[in-house]
Amino acid sequence: MTQPSDKHAVPKAGENLKIDRREMLAGSAATIAGVALSGAATAEQPAVPVDARDPLIRTPGNLGAAHSRRDGPLKVRGEAKFAAEHKFPGMVYGALVFSTIARGTIRTIDTDAAEAAPGVVFVMTHKNAPRLAPPEPFYATRTGMAGSSLPVMQDASVHWNGQPVAVVLAATQEEADHAASLVNVAYDVEDAVTSFEDATAGADVAFYAGRDLKYVAGDAEAALAAAPVSVDREYSTPQQNHNQIEPHAVTVAWQDGVLRMHDCTQGVDMSAITMAKVFGIDPSKVHLTAEYVGGGFGGKTLWQYHILAAAAAQAAGRPVRMTLTREGVFRVCGGRAPTRQRLALGADRDGRLTALIHTGTTVKIAHNAMTEPFTEASHHMYQADSMHLEVRVGIMDMLGNTFMRAPGSAVGTFSLETALDELAEKLGMDPVELRIRNEPDNNPTTGKPFSQRALVDAYREGARRFGWRPRSGQRLGRREGEWFVGTGMASAYYPYKRFGGSAARITLTDDGKALVETAGADMGMGTSTATAAVAAERLGLPYEDVDVRHGDNKLPGSIIAAASQQTAAIGASVAAAHAALVAELAALAPEGGALRGQPAAALKTVDGSLALAADPSVRISFADLLARSGQTSISVEATAPPPTEVSEWSMHSTGAVFCEVKVNAVTGELRISRICGVYDCGRILNEKLAASQFRGGIIMSLGMAMMEYAQFDERNGRIANPSFGAYYMPSHLDVPEIDVAWTGIPDPQAPTGARGIGEISMNGPSAAVANAIYDAIGKRVRDLPITLDKLM
Amino acid sequence: MAITINGRAYDAPKDVRVSLLDLLRDTLDRPGTKKGCNQGACGACTVLVDGERILSCLALAVQYEGRSVTTIEGLADDDDLHPLQSLFVEHDGFQCGYCTPGQIMSAVALREEFKRGLPSNISPDLQASPERSRAEIKERMNGNLCRCGAHNGIVDAIAAYVSEDNE
Repeated sequence: MTQPSDKHAVPKAGENLKIDRREMLAGSAATIAGVALSGAATAEQPAVPVDARDPLIRTPGNLGAAHSRRDGPLKVRGEAKFAAEHKFPGMVYGALVFSTIARGTIRTIDTDAAEAAPGVVFVMTHKNAPRLAPPEPFYATRTGMAGSSLPVMQDASVHWNGQPVAVVLAATQEEADHAASLVNVAYDVEDAVTSFEDATAGADVAFYAGRDLKYVAGDAEAALAAAPVSVDREYSTPQQNHNQIEPHAVTVAWQDGVLRMHDCTQGVDMSAITMAKVFGIDPSKVHLTAEYVGGGFGGKTLWQYHILAAAAAQAAGRPVRMTLTREGVFRVCGGRAPTRQRLALGADRDGRLTALIHTGTTVKIAHNAMTEPFTEASHHMYQADSMHLEVRVGIMDMLGNTFMRAPGSAVGTFSLETALDELAEKLGMDPVELRIRNEPDNNPTTGKPFSQRALVDAYREGARRFGWRPRSGQRLGRREGEWFVGTGMASAYYPYKRFGGSAARITLTDDGKALVETAGADMGMGTSTATAAVAAERLGLPYEDVDVRHGDNKLPGSIIAAASQQTAAIGASVAAAHAALVAELAALAPEGGALRGQPAAALKTVDGSLALAADPSVRISFADLLARSGQTSISVEATAPPPTEVSEWSMHSTGAVFCEVKVNAVTGELRISRICGVYDCGRILNEKLAASQFRGGIIMSLGMAMMEYAQFDERNGRIANPSFGAYYMPSHLDVPEIDVAWTGIPDPQAPTGARGIGEISMNGPSAAVANAIYDAIGKRVRDLPITLDKLM
Repeated sequence: MAITINGRAYDAPKDVRVSLLDLLRDTLDRPGTKKGCNQGACGACTVLVDGERILSCLALAVQYEGRSVTTIEGLADDDDLHPLQSLFVEHDGFQCGYCTPGQIMSAVALREEFKRGLPSNISPDLQASPERSRAEIKERMNGNLCRCGAHNGIVDAIAAYVSEDNE
């Protein structure tokens, strides 16, 4: 059945500024770590979302084939157009002026020199900016996509060091940049909270994603004190930044009342709706495309620069291209918040955990809904007799922190997995064996059955591939010349998520080809390539005959490429659209024929035909069906059922990481010489692209381990290294050849059997590196990054 | 004097502040060359000038009058991909594709550097022809950052491209 697109019928904007728990998403029945943005099961729609009898789960056909990226030829030619590469007639270039204080008020802002500078067409400050509603932040409402709810250039107040205080539009980027340097701002400075200690003193338990970040089972402190073997350690992780190589950018034009945006967002529909609410226009009056996005990792959402570009374009009556400078990205687009964690483990002599305590603090701003949930993995990984998991959050005057690849679990697994290594040493037990002994039968905190979990297989396969030498409390590190060599391992974890509201449209044409359309995004994961394979398999068409469109808010559904959930969301949408298509095709079957009047469940699509499921030789080709109906194409749209699978099952991906490091005896230089990851993530939809995804997360985690560190100056709240010259991240010389593998066991509860793979490999390597360093030199480093000064 | 870009002559900009990168992207609307950091730290803007790789963000366009610039758009003939472009697709040497033009242009120049016997920082013998090893490739490609983590695929593609069998 064709469902008309009613995607923009959304609830009214809240008037809220500050986010508090009452204003955040309620009704989180279908949530796990990440909230289900919408679509918990309702009385009217109690559908079981994913059919465990789905033939695609049992017989995947060509799924998994190593197709090359569909957009590959375009990208290697430099012809894929990114946000800042679109042009409008009469377009001008934008530049931003950033505040230099963390909190206070603009006393005077002198724009005379800037306005008089060559090429300048408009200078915008809080004095002349259009009146705008504050944006809705991500997780605070169903469609919010902004980094914070702070009003954008509406008054003289300054909320963080780096906040945009003026926008300059000029005929060229050079003219805009120069004029921006001529804006003079004087401030009345107010006291700001810019120290982590101050911000977290007396901090409350965080409320995030619809729940308090606190879980208590039994008396963990007493169990810890009574445990014959225990570890109790403090850890810290710094702010990290996504540092996509494409700097954030947007090209905007107001065209006959429609805001046209070429953007680089991970959620085209949510970004468009959030912009519409800010400007007080109907969401149908925003047309936002983001076909190619130059890396996302959680950071390509909606930030003040989008709103400022559109506001300045409106005020100046000119289209605007706004590309953030690299410094601008650090000033305007948030990163991962710093954390301080306590990880304590108690065990009996056999290594069974009697206490698991994972508590600590982090910081956020008053105007966002994001707390780094670093206890995430501790909820789901190991069986323990008693647990105390708790995240407390303090409010800081800084740029709003945000989601970065594997929020919470990336930094939380660092402490959990290094503490386990210490415990294994004290027990005189191999760290792999320790983990296997604490492998739970059911989810250790919810008690729900696992939909599928083969972590023990991943440990064993990883140990085999890596050549892991079991140990019993002793270090096996050795010296080779001036290098100490050591090995270490850790587990990986990431939850399965699927957000509601996703939809897909399938259009079948009389040449036997299909077009699949969703409002999904592709920041490089290979969305269109994977979607084509899934749709081809469902439709019974050759892979080459399926075309895919994405990255346009006018396409069906609300799909965000976040939380590793897009593959599941699209998979469920394509399945729903396919079921609707089968019903429509059945209605076109000849009167009196074997296919006519059959329920959709008794039919399937195979080899470009509609066929009886029980006897596929009884069939009629799509072309014949269309010809009979006198149509050249048939188009069907359907919304995916609500994600009820997560309320019935414990659905998580897991993995095992093994690595070898070298530490220079003279300089402390750290090198990663070998690393291997084996993942249990359900079905793998494309071996080639999956391998790259896994490696990408491992490399970002190596960066977290070795070098990544946004230097937040606690004296003034300013990031002191806002550049690629001073914020280091892995480069070719830092990256070894990475061995990745997977169990490939389909998840019977996930659409197409696939759980999503974008983030899990971010979790584990940093701990494996720290454990390997200990094996090499006998030093435990619990404060990231592990720079060489900590190894001397 | 004009600047030759992919075989065509263009006037140098009147504004001397305009970088070669902004000339390409903004003035000439040839955005295949990417701007990642605009400070010489990421390599996304790598182009060839008379066959040598340079960072076009650190190059003032007016300095390139009389020189010949090749960008990613000038690498392939018509419908065919350049061999290295094909190898990047085959070896999956990218995800988002934003650093890719710079990686490819850098590696095209790199092969010529190997052919000319230029040593790198890690070459053990400055006189001998350098080994076309993964270690040498990584050393010579280290100025081209990739954040998606396609490094293995990038090196695979370049290793295939620079191998002497491929000449």
